[in-house]
Amino acid sequence: MVDRSAEGAEGTPFTMDIERGKVREFARAVGASHAAFHAGEHPVIPPTFLTTQFFWEAAEEGSNPWERVAMSQERGMHAEQEYIFHGPPPRAGDRLHCRSRIERIYEKQGRKGGTLTFAVMVTEFRDAAGALVAEARLTGVETSKPPEEG
Amino acid sequence: MTADPTAAPSWESLVVGAGPEPMARGPVTRTDFVRYQGASGDMNPVHHDETFARAAGFPAPLGVGMWPAGMLTAWAAAWVGPERVRRVRIRWQAPIFPGEVLTMEARVGSRDDASRQVELELTCTRQDGAVTVRAWLTAQL
Repeated sequence: MVDRSAEGAEGTPFTMDIERGKVREFARAVGASHAAFHAGEHPVIPPTFLTTQFFWEAAEEGSNPWERVAMSQERGMHAEQEYIFHGPPPRAGDRLHCRSRIERIYEKQGRKGGTLTFAVMVTEFRDAAGALVAEARLTGVETSKPPEEG
Repeated sequence: MTADPTAAPSWESLVVGAGPEPMARGPVTRTDFVRYQGASGDMNPVHHDETFARAAGFPAPLGVGMWPAGMLTAWAAAWVGPERVRRVRIRWQAPIFPGEVLTMEARVGSRDDASRQVELELTCTRQDGAVTVRAWLTAQL
């Protein structure tokens, strides 16, 4: 059950190293065979790679404010996701300085009845100089009853 | 002399409607979901634990949505040039389950000469024709 008081919650800063082996592992998992994702010392990340921010947040207590949203694992779903890159996407070898916050929590009436509760988390990824390199925007939705198949 | 077919497309060739040949993937397996979950760190049991998935009202483990989204956007990025990607937006519209065959498609939806950016419209479609993932990818040339 979504906790609406999580709106505005901000995680503590965390660091994310873009690692070559992780880039290759992720590229393989999404079937991305292009050499740019695998070759050389500094392969570029696939467009959705920053979802692995989870591993870095998990190691730093208090860095992931999504936990405070308390979305149900059974009735919660990923509704939308966005990644913005302020230049070429990061590469293996980059170190990113990151921070997440719960931007918004709101409700809508579902088409099939019931209430849909949306929560949006934004994560900013910066370089050592503080320049914004990338942004992630995750939108989750929780239904008031189990989702229907199909 | 012919152009290198693996080279990223030129600005001139990225006209509205241009895109790669559609790509089919599947039938998708539980292993595909699990490999993606391990790589991404999202270990929600609804995507691999049969008992948990059924208790949540699903007939089988529910496909992890970021997996086809990752495939679709990486496939389109490989076509347009991975270093050119500046933005992806992803929306999930229908679930997938093991056994599904997915078809990925991409085409240039719009282009802007001033900024030299193109927006690709991407879809990942199930066998029954339902779009499971819709995405938009902006590339900078």
